Amino acid sequence: MALTIQRVDVPVIVDESKCLEKCVACIEVCPLDVLVKNPETGKAYMKYDECWFCLPCEKECPTGAITVQIPFLLR
Amino acid sequence: MNTQWMKTDVLVIGGGTAGTMAGIKAKQANPDLNVLILEKANIRRSGAIAMGMDGVNTAVIPGNSTPEQYVREITISNDGIVDQKAVYQTGKLGYEVIQELESWGVKFQKDAQGNYDLKQVHRVGKYVLPMPEGKDLKQILTRQVKRHKVNVTNRVMATRVMVKDGRAIGAIGFDVRSGDYIIIQANAVILSTGACGRLGLPASGYLYGTYENPTNAGDGYSMAYHAGAELRNIECFQINPLMKDYNGPACAYVASPFGAYTANAEGNRFISCDYWSGQMMLEVWKELNSGNGPVQLKMTHLDETTIAEIERILWANERPSRGRFHEGRGEDYRTAGVEMDISEIGLCSGHSASGVWVNEKAETTIPGLYAAGDMASVPHNYMIGAFVFGRIAGQEAVEYLKGLTYLEPDPEFIELERQRIYAPLAQPGGIPHTQVEYKLRRLVNDYLQPPKVSHKMEIALKKFTQYHESLSLMGAQDPHELMRCMEVHFIRDCAEMAARASLFRRESRWGLYHYNVDYPEKNNDEWFCHVNLKMNESGEMILFKRPVEPYIVDVNIETEVYDVAVR
Repeated sequence: MALTIQRVDVPVIVDESKCLEKCVACIEVCPLDVLVKNPETGKAYMKYDECWFCLPCEKECPTGAITVQIPFLLR
Repeated sequence: MNTQWMKTDVLVIGGGTAGTMAGIKAKQANPDLNVLILEKANIRRSGAIAMGMDGVNTAVIPGNSTPEQYVREITISNDGIVDQKAVYQTGKLGYEVIQELESWGVKFQKDAQGNYDLKQVHRVGKYVLPMPEGKDLKQILTRQVKRHKVNVTNRVMATRVMVKDGRAIGAIGFDVRSGDYIIIQANAVILSTGACGRLGLPASGYLYGTYENPTNAGDGYSMAYHAGAELRNIECFQINPLMKDYNGPACAYVASPFGAYTANAEGNRFISCDYWSGQMMLEVWKELNSGNGPVQLKMTHLDETTIAEIERILWANERPSRGRFHEGRGEDYRTAGVEMDISEIGLCSGHSASGVWVNEKAETTIPGLYAAGDMASVPHNYMIGAFVFGRIAGQEAVEYLKGLTYLEPDPEFIELERQRIYAPLAQPGGIPHTQVEYKLRRLVNDYLQPPKVSHKMEIALKKFTQYHESLSLMGAQDPHELMRCMEVHFIRDCAEMAARASLFRRESRWGLYHYNVDYPEKNNDEWFCHVNLKMNESGEMILFKRPVEPYIVDVNIETEVYDVAVR
């Protein structure tokens, strides 16, 4: 197969200035397991665009670093 | 990839509403047993109630209603095709479930006298019990799971139930982060994986913008089918009236007791009851196609205090992002109704009647294999029904496995499943799961979304049976993508079942859920029966009629026809 990488607007936005490097609260509660840590910065980000905009990541983040937007296609 | 072997007396697959309760009840029944909940997400926030629930829809509370009245109501609303003994369990045991949940810290709404504050949403009886503080439901259940010393393995997705000598002996799956191959031996297996919520494609085109938690991809339907179990009334699709684009409940169950109602664009009522049924959905479909649409949930006539209370409940529970959806569009319940639309199709007995066949003991047709929750065929069972059948499954499984010993799985089966699961990882440059899933679900919309047309469903069936070829082209670059790939396998199985079952039942029933334009009338003479399906010994999907079990509560289905149209 020939593949290309497409840019997509993802719903989960992480404020890196607030994200704690040793914390995995958002990653552990995401039902779709779409959040991971950037190994270089230790900050969480949305790696897979598979979001139910259900909000556990935002509610359980201890520093308020996460904002969940409604996915663009539904907005 | 490593291979991990595990052993447990009771294996619960899926740690949502039914699964957590099943685990707790199994452990209560015999604390010496090992009970394991396997969950592909994290039980703290998984399943249909990941963000809590704003009310209970099937609460039979003494003094307000009886199990017999509840069975009558569900029998009529499901056009008579019910196993009343199974429905009766929800009516009989729901009250104990509510009391136990309350003892664990779940709050239900009570009136000034301290009585449960039940609301009428169904056509006749009061079964809706609000729980405006229900946002922590899943954390409370998780706490009880730990307190009861139920083992939990998160982030492992099961793909097949193992069967030997005619009984369930465990399951196979993989760790969706490490990719490890997981083989679990058990003496009883409880499937509680939720609905097939990713069957049709939402109108937005966003694969995960579904009504159900999109993790619920029909896993249990597919696993039960491949284990040889019978599934039931799959043609009775789940179709919901939802907030357009957001695709979540608006939610009439919460708002209608406050005075909100479903109306057409002119603000006029066209249905007499907001309880979700196929008959109600058919009226919504007619209204949308009559030129009187769009359809709305109307609240503009309510006072400020009432609207603020509705907002407080809807924006804190179940789907709390509803508030920001409206905000982003500049919408306000005070000035305009909520635009409603008809959802894509799914399979879910929690709302309709499509599921893995269970009797009143939560037993499937395979000894040692139980099912509970949205995927088990007890019509209109909702959350309380999931708790009740989780409880029954946990208790029955413990009773069943007495004296049983572990059976060694068949090495050839384990090897074949390993090859099947890991095929996409061996071709990381293969077609991405997103595209393979999108096309499959778009075909579901094109050919299966009611009104059903036989010629179209024949095309669907051909395309779904050929779709194995597309599945074999999928590539995964990591275990996470592999999870999504294997979910597409589940979805394909469900799509084929949906097409075959819909073609088999040559009548129309359950309003829009099975509105077949080739056979537009209900035909009780030939089709007052269940349609069951299973895999035969040659690996083919076969369908057959099963008689409706004798009623235990008298209902004359010829005269008591469910009709909610306003004429």
